[in-house]
Amino acid sequence: MSAQSADVGALRSAAGAKTGRVSAPGARRARTNRRIRWAGLNGFGVIIALATLFPLFWMISTAFKSSNDIYSLTPSLLPSHWTLGNFREVISGQVSGIGSVWLFFRNSLAVTLSTVVLASLVSLLASVAVARFRFRLRASFLVMLLIVQMIPAQALIIALFLDFKRLNLLQNLLGLVIVYAAQALPVSIWMLRNFVATIPRELEEAAAIDGASSFRIFWRILFPLVAPGLVATSIFAFITAYNEFIVALTFLGQAHSDYTLPIYVTYFFGRGGAEWGPIMAASTMYTIPVIIFFLFVRRRLVGGLTAGAVKG
Amino acid sequence: MAGIQQPPTVLPAGVPAGLPGSGQASDGHPDGSQPGSHPGIRRGRAAAFIRRHKLAPYLMLTPALIGIALVLLWPLLQVVIYSFQNYSLMQITGVAPTQWVGLANFTSTFKDPEFWLSLRNTLLLAIVVVPATLIVGTVVGVVLNRLGKKMAIFVSTAALMAWATPPISAAVLFYWLVNPDGGVVDWVLSKLPHWLVGSTNWAQYNWTTTGAFQAYVVIAVLVVWQSFPFIAVSVLAGLKTIPGELLEAARVDGASSWRVFRKITYPLLKPIFLVLLLLSVIWDFNVFAQTYIVTGFPGNQNEYNLSTYLYDKAFASMPPSYGLGGAIALIFALILLVITIGYVRTSVRQGALT
Repeated sequence: MSAQSADVGALRSAAGAKTGRVSAPGARRARTNRRIRWAGLNGFGVIIALATLFPLFWMISTAFKSSNDIYSLTPSLLPSHWTLGNFREVISGQVSGIGSVWLFFRNSLAVTLSTVVLASLVSLLASVAVARFRFRLRASFLVMLLIVQMIPAQALIIALFLDFKRLNLLQNLLGLVIVYAAQALPVSIWMLRNFVATIPRELEEAAAIDGASSFRIFWRILFPLVAPGLVATSIFAFITAYNEFIVALTFLGQAHSDYTLPIYVTYFFGRGGAEWGPIMAASTMYTIPVIIFFLFVRRRLVGGLTAGAVKG
Repeated sequence: MAGIQQPPTVLPAGVPAGLPGSGQASDGHPDGSQPGSHPGIRRGRAAAFIRRHKLAPYLMLTPALIGIALVLLWPLLQVVIYSFQNYSLMQITGVAPTQWVGLANFTSTFKDPEFWLSLRNTLLLAIVVVPATLIVGTVVGVVLNRLGKKMAIFVSTAALMAWATPPISAAVLFYWLVNPDGGVVDWVLSKLPHWLVGSTNWAQYNWTTTGAFQAYVVIAVLVVWQSFPFIAVSVLAGLKTIPGELLEAARVDGASSWRVFRKITYPLLKPIFLVLLLLSVIWDFNVFAQTYIVTGFPGNQNEYNLSTYLYDKAFASMPPSYGLGGAIALIFALILLVITIGYVRTSVRQGALT
């Protein structure tokens, strides 16, 4: 079929496919074409995957190399002999001079988990309000969320810095948790409200008729049903807090013992004369947990985070 | 608010959403009339009061409103105020009084060649990276849709790993990849034949300090690497909603891939592309961590983008000028607001408020 009539043909053969009306030579040609396409597609897929993975592979490979390997005139893909020396230096804290990587790991974990819990609780409440009630200013509230989630942290950082300085929350992990949780709210509320809206109202009404208290209804009926939504928003809050850079950079200043991982890696990187082996070891330790986490929640992540764009 | 697609950062924030499989539909209950009126056993006066005055939704919104107001809205207002004042260290410590200076912060910003340079860098980065990300992401999404199951999982897992990499890690990693001393990119380029890579001496080529152009090539590749997976996954999710027979039939009839895309896929996915386009523009305007690391902040002023320029004026310059920083932040926010309005209008038109 000529290319010119392709779109008409598309429709016609969509109908044709239903009745199984496909001519024999056409089918054979299509099969050959499909085989060539299949090979091309898979080859292309492999290239994309390898090109995408290469930087990460290089990071990990460098982390296990000795200085000789790293600065060799002909770089090799894999270490000529594997060493844990870089990781040992990062863990002992000698090269960075500000402490073991575990300390910063703990800081990041504490900030991230607190953010997830706080943001989830607050956004769950708000999303139930938005999804279950019709009240004045509801639409304004939703539009406000859409707008504020677009305000870049860069635009607010000056005022946040001065405010939190006055509150004595600057060189302090609590200050970070408050900012991160608030930053995660608009998106979390948006995502959760869609989950709440899908839960049949009758369930709650039935429970209410049976005499269950509001709290009980919320805890025993609503909560389990929104749990998948909470997982999605938790992932979002987790990423926001774990990756966040500009606020932590500004707030933590010289408070080395409160550094989160990104600030630690930056400090390490910015120190003159740092060796790439330990820096890559530190980056690896910062990156691998979140990659593993992503792979675990892959399904939900891909579904939950892209759903919005799909509705169209 | 999330940074660049930090990426994830960055996420399809608030895209008007229904989660897949949730069978989401805008809730059609004409329930406005009796919010929260469960005919349950009444407990206590407070509960009765809340019910009578329909206060429940407001109470539930309060924590979120407080958080958003104190951490997002109030600082924004303050920045607006600072931008019209001579606010700096002297004013904070009370040594000198805070004065209104009118538009002085704005005029001195507009007179600063560094501002225009950073605006140019920001715009050029967005102009290159937005289409590049969308094209690469769409191609990968279309390919993913046609790959076999195992292969698709392999490719999408690889992409997911790039997306999951924290921006700081990615930036430091790319800095190492292009490092003149031992970086693998220079080594590969120096081994390639001259007809392919030009006659530049690539061995020990310094990408980050030679000039803004070279540094932004690195940043562009880095940002595309981190953000195409999100586009790919979104496009893939959209493609899943198109009946497979439609695409297959067109292909059987001999339509080229490009034609299938242009005549079938694109029109059906247009709303998704619009949202992705707007989000990409916003994200790429906001790039901070990557430019901070790759340009070696505060090293090369001619390599600033708006974010690092703002940060320099507010925190790294001596004395720091919060007024000047505020003015830059306001200009920055206004540019983004224009894009955001486009985003909000698109979302509302797609039924986000139901």
